[in-house]
Parts: sequence; structure tokens; C-alpha cells
Amino acid sequence: MKRQIPLMIVLILGLLFVAHVFIPSRLSTDYLDWFMKWTKVIGPFAIVLGVFSLVYVHYNKIKRKAPTWGYSIVTLTALVVTTAVGFIWGIQEGTPYMWIFKNFNVPLGATMFSLLAFYIASAAYKAFRARSIEATVLLVAAIIVMLGRVSIGQAITHWIPDITEWILNVPNLAAKRGIALGVGLGMTATSLKIMLGIERSYLGGKD
Amino acid sequence: MTETIGIWIAAFLTLCMFSFLYKDNPFYKFAEHLFVGVSMGYYIPYTYYNAFIPYAYNPLFLKKEYILIIPFIIGFLYWFRFSSKYSWVSRYPIAFGMGMVGMGVPMSMHATVLVQMRSMMLPLDNINIILIFIGTISILLYFFFSKAHEGVYGKFTSIGIWFMMVGFGASFGYTVMARISLLIGRIQFLLGDWLGLIK
Repeated sequence: MKRQIPLMIVLILGLLFVAHVFIPSRLSTDYLDWFMKWTKVIGPFAIVLGVFSLVYVHYNKIKRKAPTWGYSIVTLTALVVTTAVGFIWGIQEGTPYMWIFKNFNVPLGATMFSLLAFYIASAAYKAFRARSIEATVLLVAAIIVMLGRVSIGQAITHWIPDITEWILNVPNLAAKRGIALGVGLGMTATSLKIMLGIERSYLGGKD
Repeated sequence: MTETIGIWIAAFLTLCMFSFLYKDNPFYKFAEHLFVGVSMGYYIPYTYYNAFIPYAYNPLFLKKEYILIIPFIIGFLYWFRFSSKYSWVSRYPIAFGMGMVGMGVPMSMHATVLVQMRSMMLPLDNINIILIFIGTISILLYFFFSKAHEGVYGKFTSIGIWFMMVGFGASFGYTVMARISLLIGRIQFLLGDWLGLIK
């Protein structure tokens, strides 16, 4: 009941999906439509887990007066206000909800990811110091690709964009293809392990 | 007016985030926590209006598709995750979603193995195609650990490392450029939309 039935569900649905791919028919298409329809109904319920988890963590921090608990008030207030605004005025263009998205979400997200430009550069300096031939190859390829993607590369010499294209289309393609073949075989093996109940970590829990 | 207020808020939050370049500080922490709350707050109404209403509520309550009561119940089972005694019940909706892995077996075999192999099987009449062929084979052999990497075999597999290094370098270059373009966007916002120094 606790483990066997979920494992049976995965096995049966999984085998039906294999059949769907290998035996194209009206029945298999109907099966896919049915599955997708039900998944779309089930999916939204999962967001409650995320919301509850976030609220639980920050509520407990505030309750225990944990270090930096004041910031948890910021998180919970932002959560409640944004959600309420979305439900009261709707989520169409021009609503306060979209105003919050445009002036809070977008700049915060873009700036946070743009910060990585600085850290990626310092990490690169530490990692790429040409201590071996292989590291030098990596460094040179990265510099050429970076220069080849901006106009200064063209200004230095027209060879740089050409070499960039060659790096992307030949050695990079070979590397991507070799890794993709390994990843593909790994995905197939992992999918089989999950379907056959060998890999069960997604079930979590003890019993 | 609301646009001006929005620009000032966005500029303040952008500077709060950039303050982390100096060191971790209260302004950054404020912006970081605000981002978490606003992001989650954004997705609740978004999921409600774009997923729950059109795919769950309307078909069941307006179109009277009563069969959808079953996935409704399965969805509710997720919430048993909160109970320490009955958390195992939440495995049912998870298992339903995991059924999709059945699709993964033939699809990943097709998309990432067979298609890649077919693309590789070209007449070796061009130096680039020969290089791609040698690169792919040497990378695959590099990850084959049942044979010791020594002698001629070891030398051939080390070619695979070179190809991978070029590939990693290219990926790194691409990632850096993507981050730099985001950074340029933020600087343009600060100097253009906020301060009006650039048009």
C-alpha cells in the first residue's frame, strides 16, 4: 500500500508510454491526451507544498526570533501582498500585479543573474590559470568565443568570428555529441531503473 | 507617476543587489528576501489563473466533466506530505507524474543516441567531418573505464580531453557573454531609464 502501489502505478503508466511510442494508434494518442489532461489538473495542487514550505520556514524564524528574522517579515509580506494583488485586480497587462512584476521581479532577477558576470570572471581567473596544456586550450577557446560574439572581435581581425564559428561547429560539436551520447544512454538506463522499481529515491520516506 | 515610482523602485533594488559586490550587507539581504517573496507571490495567482482555472475548475464545474474528480482527489493527496503519519499518501500523485519516465526510455534513446549516431555517420570526405568523428569517438572511449588508459589507447583517449576542453571553453564563453549582456541591460537601465544620461 505504501510502496508497492506507487511502484505499480509507475510501471503500468511507464509501460503504456513505451507502447504509446512504439505502437502509434488512436488508442495510444488517446492515452497521451488523457494523461496530459489529468497531469494539468494534478499539477497546480503541488504549488501549495512550495508555498507552505516557504511560509513554514519563515514563520518559524520569526517565531524563534532567529538571527536575521526581520528579513523573513520582508519575504512573507512580499508573498502576501503580491498574491493578494494578483487575486484582487487580476493578472492582465496594466494591473498592479504586472506593475509589481515589472518593477520588482524583473530588475531583481536580472541583476542577480548579472552579478554572476563578476563571479564567473573571478572563478575563471582561479580555475583557468594556464597550469597545463588542457587548461590553456580551454582558456584560449573561451577567449576566442567571447571575442567572436562581440563587435570588437571583428574589429581586431575578421579571423576571430570565423574561428569562433569553426570552434562551435567542429570541436564543440564533437564534444557535445560525445557527451550527449553518454547522457542519452544514462537517461535511458535511469528511466528503466525508475520504471522497474530499482531506483526508488523519488518516493522518499522510510517505510 | 506610477511609472516614475516604478523606475525609482527598480533602480533602488538594482543598486541593493549590486551592493553585494562590496560585501554581504543588509541592503542585499533585503533585496534577496524580497525577491523570494515576490517571486512566489507572482506564481500563486499565475498558476491559479493559467493552470487551475482553465484545466481543473472550468472543465469540472462548468463543463461538468465529473471524471476529473479523480485527478482532483489525486492532486489533494499531495497535501498529505504535511502529515508525518500519512506522508506516504503523497507518493500516489508523485508516482502518477513519474509514469512519464516510460516516455523517457524510447525518446531519450531516439533523440540523444540514435539521432546523434545518425548525424555522425557521414562520408568522411571533409576534414571537419573527420575531426568531429575522431572527437566523438575519442570522448566516448575516454569515458570507457573497463580498459586501462595506457599506450596507444591512452593517447587516443587523451585527444578526447582536448576536444572536451574546447567544448567547455566554448560553453563557458557563451555563458559569460549571456551574463555580460544582462549586466549591460542593468547598466543601460540605470544610466538611461533612471538617470537619463544615455538615450
